[in-house]
Amino acid sequence: MAGAAVLASTLPAASEDPKRGGTAVIHVVSEQRTLNPALRASTGVYYMSGKIVEPLIDKTYDGVVGVLATDWSSSDDGLEITFKLREGVNWHDGKPFTCDDVSFTAMNMWKELLNYSSTLQQNLEAVDCPDPHTAVFKYSKPMPLDLMVAAMPDLGHPMPKHLYEGTDILKNPYNTAPVGTGPFKFVEYERGQYVMAERNDDYWRGEEYPYLDRIVWRFIKDRSAAAAALETGEIHESGFIGVSMADVERLSKDDRFTVGTQGYENNVAHTTLEFNHRSEPLADLRVRQAIAHGLNIDDAIQTIMRGFAKPGKGPVPSTGGVNYTDDVQTYPYDVEKAKALLDEAGYKPDADGVRLKLRHRPAPWGEYTQLWAEYYAQAMKEIGIEVELLTNDAPGFLNGVYRDHDFDTANGWHQFRSDPAVSTMVWLRSGAPVGTPWTNQFGWQSDEMDKMIDDAASELDPEKRAAMYHAIQAKAMAELPVLFAIEHPFISVTSKKLKNHHNTPRWNSSSWYDLWLDE
Amino acid sequence: MSFQVPPILAYALRRLLQAVPVIILIMIGTFLLVKLAPGDTVDALVGDMGGADAKFIENLRIEYGLDKPVWVQLWTYMAKLAQFDFGWSFVYEQPVSTVLMDRLWVTMTLMSGSLFFAFTIGIALGALAAWRVNSLTDNVISTLGLIFYATPSFFLSLMMIVLFSVKLGWLPVAGIKTIGGFYTGWDYVLDVAKHLVMPIAALSLIYLSFYLRLMRASVLEISDLDYVRTARAKGADGARLMFHHIIRNALLPVVTLLGVQFSAVLGGSVIVETIFSLPGLGQLAYQSVVQRDMNTLMGIIFLSSIIVVLVNFFTDLLYARLDSRIELA
Repeated sequence: MAGAAVLASTLPAASEDPKRGGTAVIHVVSEQRTLNPALRASTGVYYMSGKIVEPLIDKTYDGVVGVLATDWSSSDDGLEITFKLREGVNWHDGKPFTCDDVSFTAMNMWKELLNYSSTLQQNLEAVDCPDPHTAVFKYSKPMPLDLMVAAMPDLGHPMPKHLYEGTDILKNPYNTAPVGTGPFKFVEYERGQYVMAERNDDYWRGEEYPYLDRIVWRFIKDRSAAAAALETGEIHESGFIGVSMADVERLSKDDRFTVGTQGYENNVAHTTLEFNHRSEPLADLRVRQAIAHGLNIDDAIQTIMRGFAKPGKGPVPSTGGVNYTDDVQTYPYDVEKAKALLDEAGYKPDADGVRLKLRHRPAPWGEYTQLWAEYYAQAMKEIGIEVELLTNDAPGFLNGVYRDHDFDTANGWHQFRSDPAVSTMVWLRSGAPVGTPWTNQFGWQSDEMDKMIDDAASELDPEKRAAMYHAIQAKAMAELPVLFAIEHPFISVTSKKLKNHHNTPRWNSSSWYDLWLDE
Repeated sequence: MSFQVPPILAYALRRLLQAVPVIILIMIGTFLLVKLAPGDTVDALVGDMGGADAKFIENLRIEYGLDKPVWVQLWTYMAKLAQFDFGWSFVYEQPVSTVLMDRLWVTMTLMSGSLFFAFTIGIALGALAAWRVNSLTDNVISTLGLIFYATPSFFLSLMMIVLFSVKLGWLPVAGIKTIGGFYTGWDYVLDVAKHLVMPIAALSLIYLSFYLRLMRASVLEISDLDYVRTARAKGADGARLMFHHIIRNALLPVVTLLGVQFSAVLGGSVIVETIFSLPGLGQLAYQSVVQRDMNTLMGIIFLSSIIVVLVNFFTDLLYARLDSRIELA
């Protein structure tokens, strides 16, 4: 229950004056392979590189704000988007940041190499530089300005052209030793141990920023050891649920720490239940509805997620702004109704009370997903469905579900990335090539839904666009191609010595220029 | 005058040549085993990234050579390995040799440290227990040995963290050195040593109990042999009898165990390295399997096979030194 309420009370009081100096030490569970956010769009990469490399636009609780861009506009036909770039910004090696960098990165990394972005930018034809501080993106089909702006915090990090031009981009050594424009400069990356960054004295926001001298990200794989390191003060923050749920709950009662979900509004994910529509029973809507009615979501939130979550209402989470609606069909916990639906679909219980058997693949994304799968298997017993759990490691899971389609049901996360068009709809649209993870590999096919998704993706009017996404959500909840069961944000455990933390909706991905340490 | 190869060198050379086909077989076997597991490097990469589109995935597979048949991949790998080229780690974006060398010293320190303590303290306690057989000393030592033997290393590690780091604040929880400490010289050595106290203790206590029990049994057995009785009859006193006549012979089975365990410790270190976040080979091996990082995994296995071959070789030499009846053949 501690959930969202805890953090709200601990935002810094205005009277506190920031202190300069100190080293913030941050826990990271698994090691990152690259620190180049223009090659890998992942919160794990931004967690570290976001302090070193900045995007054109970032998101705050007051809406989007320009970082390396100061202004943006679109032509009436939607074929041109113009960014005004910030002047007087230098890369960490002293060279000025200009439109050439943006143009080079957009054409060679965002469009060609960056996951998700190659879909977003597939109609990008060129980026022109009429002057060093203006970048004009040219598209062959209309690109909604809203979509572009919503995507930029995650998919819009320019990299220095002079360090990448003429090299093998994927093997460029700066991918693990990034040079950016951010408040912190990369110092070193010791594999298996830590990444360190130090204060950039030439930061464009002015010399009072950043407050910290240094940030160290420590890789601690063992979640119990990480909790112990928090307690001894060796680390100041553990984000993205880096410690076990039992420790999350325990530390939330310890007054040295702030525990909560604030600062992840833009990284909200859904805990899902995914149906293989090629499997005969699940192709029947009544069976999917029965399963939905057989799950006690509120109970699961309290016991598994320890209260840090809420029921899901479709592919867009409640933090999705204008594109979110809660006017959708829901499936309250009702065992009798579930049984009746199964009866109706023709699945009568046999002598042992078993109506049908399902093979379930749980994603190995940590404690959370495993427990949810176990709960699902248990809950299904109540309504006469026997669920066999097939547990794999990550590549095994991705193959079993997305390439071999060897499952009846599966569960995992589905992460929302600022705008429904960026990644959310790929779960509902048919036609993804076999083997592409986190796409519609469930065999659900609806021409109507495909058209709705395509229309929404190129709609320029924000109001119409929102209405179209509402319709998609309503349809997704009525027909249950996949059950977006629980909306769960990530959780941070933060030492109270850290100040100004979790003050933006994608805080752990942001630049931390105003973070300071009171010790 | 013909050139005479010293017997020890000839022996070493022959052992080394015998090891070559063994290592090749190990490498091929491992390669195929890992290929049997569902999913490849790209799946693992994309999984960590949180997804990607089809074109991106296809490009990566081509880039990493994973679009080719397994036999071609195996041949390419073995051909490179023959030239001691370990390849590129797609996970760490570094040459595998760099990744391995960064980690090797940590594991070697951990292994040799824990084996050293386990061995020396183990045989000392074992000999002491046998000497004072059925006394209170013997009972205390034997019971302690049983407790260490029965305690899983992860439990021991976590309990030590709770006691020495969280409650007492004496030792650091995790890592190999104080980050941002920028120590040099002896300060650096001391800092690393502090970080290694708990991992070495956790890893050595289990092995310590092996040596203790083996040594105790071995000493007891030898104490009853005729030559010991003869020595005693000739007037050898307690200490001389113990060190000169008994322990030297009792050490033989214990040394055998040392050789065998050197390879086993690498497996045991996975857990300890994970809990204490030590950047060693054990943890790297585990991560490489999970991430299907073939080149790194194969590199580790290659390195470990060589270490095991070398350790066995030295064990045999030590054997010959301890008992001159054993010949190098």
